[in-house]
Amino acid sequence: MFRGFLFSLSVAAVMSPITVAADPIGDAAAGEKIYNQCKRCHQVGQGAEHRIGPHLNGIFGRPAAGYEDFRYSKALTRAGTSGLEWHADTLDVFLENPRALASGTRMSFRGLKDPQDRANVIAFLRIYSDDPANIPEADPTATVPDHDLDPAILALVGDAEYGEYLSGECTTCHQATGGDDGIPSIVLWREEDFVLAMHAYKNKQRAHPVMQMVAGRLGDEEIAALAAYFANIEE
Amino acid sequence: MSINRRTFITTSAVAAATLAAPMVRAAGTPNVVVVGGGAGGATAARYIAKDSKGAINVTLIEPTRRYYTCFFSNLYLGGFKEMEELGHGYGGMAAGGVNVVHDWAVGVDRDAKTVSLAGGGSLPYDKLILSPGIDFVDGAVEGWDLSAQNAMPHAYKAGSQSELLRAQLESMPQGGTFAMVAPPNPYRCPPGPYERVSMVAHFLKQNNPTAKIIVADPKAKFSKMALFQEGWANHYSGMVDWIGDDFGGGNVSVDPGAMTLTIDGEVTNVDVCNVIPAMKAGRIADMAGVTEGNWAPVNAADMSTKADADIYVLGDASSQGDMPKSGFSANSQAKVCANAVRGALTGSRVFPAKFSNTCWSLIATGDGVKVGATYEATPEKIAKVDGFISQTGESADVRQATYLESEGWYTGITTDMMG
Ligand SMILES: Cc1cc2nc3c(=O)[nH]c(=O)nc-3n(C[C@H](O)[C@H](O)[C@H](O)COP(=O)(O)OP(=O)(O)OC[C@H]3O[C@@H](n4cnc5c(N)ncnc54)[C@H](O)[C@@H]3O)c2cc1C
Repeated sequence: MFRGFLFSLSVAAVMSPITVAADPIGDAAAGEKIYNQCKRCHQVGQGAEHRIGPHLNGIFGRPAAGYEDFRYSKALTRAGTSGLEWHADTLDVFLENPRALASGTRMSFRGLKDPQDRANVIAFLRIYSDDPANIPEADPTATVPDHDLDPAILALVGDAEYGEYLSGECTTCHQATGGDDGIPSIVLWREEDFVLAMHAYKNKQRAHPVMQMVAGRLGDEEIAALAAYFANIEE
Repeated sequence: MSINRRTFITTSAVAAATLAAPMVRAAGTPNVVVVGGGAGGATAARYIAKDSKGAINVTLIEPTRRYYTCFFSNLYLGGFKEMEELGHGYGGMAAGGVNVVHDWAVGVDRDAKTVSLAGGGSLPYDKLILSPGIDFVDGAVEGWDLSAQNAMPHAYKAGSQSELLRAQLESMPQGGTFAMVAPPNPYRCPPGPYERVSMVAHFLKQNNPTAKIIVADPKAKFSKMALFQEGWANHYSGMVDWIGDDFGGGNVSVDPGAMTLTIDGEVTNVDVCNVIPAMKAGRIADMAGVTEGNWAPVNAADMSTKADADIYVLGDASSQGDMPKSGFSANSQAKVCANAVRGALTGSRVFPAKFSNTCWSLIATGDGVKVGATYEATPEKIAKVDGFISQTGESADVRQATYLESEGWYTGITTDMMG
């Protein structure tokens, strides 16, 4: 089966030492714990939907950037078009360092350095794929985070042009292109997720001092404006 | 075409006068000239070009072909960065629609609204944005002037000066003395000298562990002082001797020929002497007549100068109120200015000014700290609203995360500036 090994020599180089390193059949229960790091962005299980990242049901055998209803980075779309498919081996490389496989991916994740951790989380993901078959569907592992935000705030329609101006305060650190070099990507998030995250900083439920300060000064309309702008930004 | 022109000439004497003016202007398209392609100027030029989509001609005047960031230049001294990683070309800016002219601006004619260039010729402007950074105050440190900058480098403009200081550090004799003359307020990058002390100490600890560092400082306290002093005690115990104003640190003179530093009458032989003199706005601001004393006072709402509504000053050269002179601040001010200039010239929406700043410093491997604040425009000045600072005694994990964040910021701001 063609699994996209040809699209880049450097990828092949990254891949070869790793495919031999880990026990190929990981421990799904241990993998579920590791998956906690993923679930803020990726849902998996029954009823899973795209959030900040696409849902991961049926990921095995799927081409990279394979959902039409999810906006992927150009880098991942290119990789998919060049033939990259998700299987245990390609997932292993991707999870070790997402940007080694697709340098412009918006997946803001430093990667799992321990091969056994990767094998375990891959074993966990296999539960939600028909390939291999006979896998029961379970409840989604990721749900919309609990929040007590006023529905009126969530319902605000953001002024994207104002958001574009306000975004200048964000892009001193967060790259408008969605790249992540130590500061996470904030582009193409669903507006609701963006609004929830910013209000969580504003209310000091999320812990970063710079973000608490920045969000603390933004009004509800301004947060909605930023969400509207970043959700629809042109790459 | 000819009919249009004839109608134009015969209907309006004012129009005729415009046509007769010596400068060629693209019909109806306003001109913005930006002087200085650093943190403030590059950001302003790129944002105006990007957002106005051809409705404004944007010209950037910058003599160097590669901008070496002062930010992270201390990390270069410490061995954490290569000089080439700090250099950024102007190709992205040109691709973004900015007309990049590699030349020095040598004069501003505020009546004719033109900027003259060292290479000859001049450029017309409707709005002029100056972001020339800093120059040094003559005679600020007795015995030192620009002709001594090879013997006693400032390394406060990045590039060859940083390389020189690094080379001197490398050839220091074992057990030798590194001295720094720190600047008085206000100056570029308040934590900069102390991050430098940390990075020099890091280098010496590895390569020259019996060497000493003396800092003569005209200030009684400095930015992130508790954090730096804690870090120096933890990582470089006994190496750094900081002499503040209370102990005569402000009463200094140097002799670049003899390589001596005199602090409060006491002469010390030094092997390397990093003199960071008092600073003032880059000279072109003075030549444009928009300075008062050492800096150019500006209106907080749009960064226009108090002296001339069509001239704006950004970044280190401006006197604006509470923001520190940093790359982050210059970048933040540039976006407020870009929005206002575009609105003034094309009628696009102008939004209220909002500023922010965060300065990260590295004390030792994986030991990063930060200080930041947000600001608003008041009629008097840019005023601080809210701020935070790293705490002493933080865990190694927090410090490591802070350092990694600064790496992300560096990529973020350089991309935001240069495209
Ligand atoms: C050691 C050190 C560490 C620092 N660390 C940080 C940090 O971690 N974070 C941070 O935010 N800031 C930091 N800074 C501060 C930061 O570098 C400056 O505040 C920032 O560069 C100011 O931007 P600016 O646009 O005012 O000037 P600059 O970035 O200096 O740009 C000025 C430009 O104008 C050009 N120019 C000058 N005169 C003319 C003329 N007549 N014609 C045409 N062009 C001209 C120059 O060539 C230059 O490119 C540091 C500074 C130093 C020295």
